[in-house]
Order: sequence, then C-alpha cells, then structure tokens
Amino acid sequence: MTYRPPAAGTHPPLSAPGYRSTALRAPSHAPVVLPQGLTELTGPALRGPVGPSDDDLTRQHAGEPIGQRIVVFGRVLDGDGRAVPDSLVEIWQANAAGRYAHARDTWPAPLDPNFTGGGRVVTGADGGYSFTTIRPGAYPWGNHHNAWRPAHIHFSLFGRAFPQRLVTQMYFPDDPLLAHDPIVNSVPDERARMRMVSAFDLDATRPEWALAYRFDIVLRGGAATPFEEPHG
Amino acid sequence: MDETPSQTVGPFLSIGLTWPDGHLVVPEGTPGAVRISGTLTDGAGEPVADGLVETWQVGADGRPDPTAGFGRCATGPDGTWEVRTVKPGALGDGQAPHVDVSVFARGLLDRVVTRIYFPDEAAANAADPLLAALPPDRAATLVAVDAGPGELRFDVRLQGAHETVFLAL
Repeated sequence: MTYRPPAAGTHPPLSAPGYRSTALRAPSHAPVVLPQGLTELTGPALRGPVGPSDDDLTRQHAGEPIGQRIVVFGRVLDGDGRAVPDSLVEIWQANAAGRYAHARDTWPAPLDPNFTGGGRVVTGADGGYSFTTIRPGAYPWGNHHNAWRPAHIHFSLFGRAFPQRLVTQMYFPDDPLLAHDPIVNSVPDERARMRMVSAFDLDATRPEWALAYRFDIVLRGGAATPFEEPHG
Repeated sequence: MDETPSQTVGPFLSIGLTWPDGHLVVPEGTPGAVRISGTLTDGAGEPVADGLVETWQVGADGRPDPTAGFGRCATGPDGTWEVRTVKPGALGDGQAPHVDVSVFARGLLDRVVTRIYFPDEAAANAADPLLAALPPDRAATLVAVDAGPGELRFDVRLQGAHETVFLAL
C-alpha cells in the first residue's frame, strides 16, 4: 500500500507568476513519477531537539514578549482521518510587529528581545499538539507594490513517512490581507485555501491569559500503518 | 479527509527548521562515513542562500531506522550545503542505493524531491529502474560526483541548463 497522490488543486503549482520568487526557482521540467519503495514508505521519527520551552514561545527569554498571547492547537491527521502520533511539529513566525528575528529581515519594525519565534513539539497519542505564542503581525515583502503578507505561522510536519512531509502556513480568520496574497492564492482550490485558515475557539481560550486558534493539519493518506518489514 | 496545502518555507526558515548537528546523519568519525556536499542554484545559476536540503535514507544494511537516517542543512550565503552520512545499502528490490532528498526555499511553493545515487555503483545504477528510464544526460543529474576520499559532490540546479531531475511521489 502506498501514499495516494494529492487531489488536484490542493497544492500550489511550483510556477506561480503572482509570486515573483518562483520565476527562477520553479523547475522547468515536469517531475518524474517515482514508484514508492522502501525509502518512500518510511521516514524519520524525530523526537527533537525539543527543549522545555519549545512549546511556549512566550517563555524562551528572561521577559515576556509584547503582543496578544494566543494558544495555537489542533490535531495532525492523515487523509484517512487517522491521528498521526509521536510526530515532530515545528513552527516559526514573526513577532507582534511583523518582524522576524533574522539577520536578513531588515524592515523598520521593532525587534522584540523577548521573542525568537521558533517552536517545536511532538504530537500526542491522538495527534494533538499545542503551542503558546503571540499573534504575529503582518509585514511588507516587496513582491509587488504595497504587498503585505497576511499574519501567519509557518508549520513543518513529518508525518509517518517521506511522502507525508509538509511545510505550510497557518493564517488567521477574517484577515483582510488573505484575498490579496499571492502565496495564499497560489493554491488553486478555494476550499483548500480555507483549510490553511485557523478557527477562533472560544472554548479553548485560557481565561485571563490567552486567546485560542484551532488548526488541524491533514497529511497525505494511503499507506495503512508504519511500514512493517516482512519477517523471515 | 482533504489535505492541507503546501506553502513556501519563506526566507527565514532557519528560525524554525535548523539545529546545530542537523547535517550529521552519522556522528563525526563514523567509519566509512562520507561527506555529501553541493550547491543549490536557481535558473540564473545564482546560489540559493535561503534554502534547506533534507535527506532520508536506509542504513548501510539496507534497512530503515526511524531514529537514524535523516539529515538537514540550511544553505549558506554561497548556496552550499552538506550532510555527513554512510552510503545506504541496497534494498534488494532492483533499485540502486540511493538517498531521498527534499529541497525547500523561498520561491518554492512546495518542496521539490530528488535522489542522490552513488558514483561507485555503476552496475547497480545501470539497472536502476528510475535511472534507466531517463535520458543519460538527465540521469547524470542524480548521480553524485566523486570528489576525493570520503567526499561526494551533489549540486542541485532548480531550473535551467542541467536542471536536476525532480520526482513526484
């Protein structure tokens, strides 16, 4: 049993004229189909490095970062609805002002000495994960005149096997910038685009502490269980 | 259930996706270890300085080990990356020994996947179903180049002349 190809319209084409950086980076040749063998039916089970504050981005420095404190949580599932447990989830994001703690981000918004913006966690038995962080700001990115990225958190997922590897971005509901963003709109199917938008979850808020956004992530489906080698 | 779409890693992936010994698939000093290094370039031949190369492979015994076999390395200002590993064993399914590779970068809305084959496996490479189905000049983009004892070179060209063969799983 192998992993099913993604449904048409789910993933962006590599060449997307509205996103300027694709022009010299998208391959010209169509990809060659590779039948899935043992290397593709397996993958790393990474446990880290995950440190004690890696799931709470507000506690990685001496002081608290500025911004709206939020909980970002959800489940990692496969296309057949099965939980993906014990799987590394990595996130990175800009600070509340929309600035990344990165040498090459130089736009004139303030850095926050109490915020780096990187997090890691391993999913639980039900595929669940949770981060505490601050809501990132939007920022300009020079792709076209007055281009602003909608606020987002980058997500990296491994799943159980190599075909399930996914890097995506989580967006926030009702963001007026979503409609104008070439990266969001590179996804052909509108319903697929909406699957990148988190949901405000009042029940999951922490009273007197943090708002909450739910973001479930669905990886490719198909292969039944972690690959079992034939015995004998 | 419907899948979550892919999006680019953007230019600041090093905040979230790197760790200091990520390029060490095997510990330094492992007998038989090989350094695979190369440059990631774009369609103008310019280095991609904000990319990430990840590798996944079976062990030298041809068996997968989920606790080993994974490497990752962000590209430097000159587009270079490296992993230190051991050559994977044969799987016994007709495929030549290979390392699966994912490449991420700003400007890549989804990862691109390729494979590293080994130059000292000429007979196995000739019989490999993927390599055998490609025109020779295209197949050559998937075979690392011997760069001295314990050193292999594998450049990834995203676009243009000698564009690397990328794979759909």
